[in-house]
Amino acid sequence: MKRRDFVKKATLSWLASAVGAEIVFGAKLPEGYQPLALQDADPFKMFNKNKDMVVLNDQPWNMEAQAHLLDDDITPNANMFIRNNGLVPENIDVKNWTLTIDGESVVNKKTYTLADLKSKFEQHTYQLTIECGGNGRSEFNPPAKGNQWTVGAVHCASWTGVRLRDVLKDAGIKSNAVYIGFHAADLHLSRDPGKEPISRGCPMSKALQDETLLAFQMNGADIPFIHGYPLRLVAGGWPASVSGKWLNRISIRNKVHDGSKMTGDAYRVPCKPVAPGETVKDEDMCIIESMPVKSVITYPKSGAMIKEGTPLDIRGHAWAGELEVATMEYSIDFGSTWHTCELKKPANRLAWQHFNAKVEFPQKGYYEIWARAIDARGVAQPMLVPGWNPKGYLNNACHRIAVKVN
Amino acid sequence: MAREDDFVRIVKRAVQLVSIAFIMVIFSGGLLIYYIADPDFSVFRSAPEIVKNTVDTVDDFDKIENGIHVRTGLVDAEGLMTVVNNCTYCHSAKIILQNKMNAERWNATIKWMQETQNLGDLGSNQEVIVNYLVTNYPPKVVGRRENLTNIDWYELEINK
Repeated sequence: MKRRDFVKKATLSWLASAVGAEIVFGAKLPEGYQPLALQDADPFKMFNKNKDMVVLNDQPWNMEAQAHLLDDDITPNANMFIRNNGLVPENIDVKNWTLTIDGESVVNKKTYTLADLKSKFEQHTYQLTIECGGNGRSEFNPPAKGNQWTVGAVHCASWTGVRLRDVLKDAGIKSNAVYIGFHAADLHLSRDPGKEPISRGCPMSKALQDETLLAFQMNGADIPFIHGYPLRLVAGGWPASVSGKWLNRISIRNKVHDGSKMTGDAYRVPCKPVAPGETVKDEDMCIIESMPVKSVITYPKSGAMIKEGTPLDIRGHAWAGELEVATMEYSIDFGSTWHTCELKKPANRLAWQHFNAKVEFPQKGYYEIWARAIDARGVAQPMLVPGWNPKGYLNNACHRIAVKVN
Repeated sequence: MAREDDFVRIVKRAVQLVSIAFIMVIFSGGLLIYYIADPDFSVFRSAPEIVKNTVDTVDDFDKIENGIHVRTGLVDAEGLMTVVNNCTYCHSAKIILQNKMNAERWNATIKWMQETQNLGDLGSNQEVIVNYLVTNYPPKVVGRRENLTNIDWYELEINK
């Protein structure tokens, strides 16, 4: 036994007695993963993340990118944000992994192995934008409760899997089906096995879209452990919490799914606008569906100092939930004038779109470059933080970077 | 006579040599026996230091450095250990440090944790905890949009 393993085992048994509970499958923790209490738990190494990613929380793990880390057209694992509501699964048995389709509105309850899913159904690959509902929460005033995401809780990776629709239809969907709800292998923070950390879902209309996948690959390889290996629901354009990780069951419901984080104020905003700081009753909160229009400048990194007379090339991505972005603009005078950026079409529906522009500055000085996307319905990003809500969701205010011309 | 003297001298010399050889055999034999018993000759070295068997992590588990509780990052102030002991078991202190709320919203958050997250009744500790939080981490008014802060300035070379 290696000393490190011994220390790990010894610490695990110490932990088990300290928390008064057996750490189930403790010895089978994923390669490199160690409980929080161990001094050398390094999330960057454990999850193969870029050293410039920012750790917001370590129990559960939450980590975000910075704008300049999102420069790639297709986001690599290293720069993808991590969002967890619970503790990551402590044992993943891929050989015996199954997905069960059940619920009030399933015709035949069915269970599939990963091999079944891969062989029985046609496989598809899409680039899908996934943004945390709380991205930008840090800007709300008064402050909203939760992880204080800034701009980096968004990514657009390439996902490969089978259509959720094909699997649901194989099991059979009753005509009274309203919603799907997922169940997964992650653990509640309290370690109570009777509680699920998160069990969300979406209406049937979203579940049946071409691009809604049961994915087993990301960017051409097995999904990284922290992003849901071996099976993840991917619903582009909706709050990332709909894209459940480590899936083992999907229920076809005859009512709006009432799992953990579907109710109360979780992933909900006031149905009618409220004043900042107002108390909102649970029954006056509505579930977030499509995410709003938004964009991020990924090059250059904020803080660039350039010489007078040199035009600056900027670039980034824009997305609009279920919609396409129609126009992309930038301003260097705080919105007094706007200039059009070159904007590409999405690789497929629900993929973010790339923009670029050449910016010229009239004289030396301090500038901010503000970026504004406008969706297919003419709705633009606000320059100010939009409507306050108790949990601080849906801040799609314009992103901006600082530039000095010397 | 001279011959006799010579003989006595030779005998004396032989006795001397035999004695020396005998002493050497005894000495080296003793040495050999000692070597078997103590191959390191440790008796001839200064006494070894007594190895301290203290474990730093236990001593420093609740270490305070520059007014910060090192293990959690929480400020050392009245109520610190009540917060550490009640609020950092299920979740990290990092989520506490990120959130700036008033007493009403902290109390609502505690109620939510009791209803959904298996938190038990905190009794009189609840007031201590909420006082600690609102005193040390009060909400800050930031308006509708703040200035950009903490800008990391760098020279950007542009290839024309």
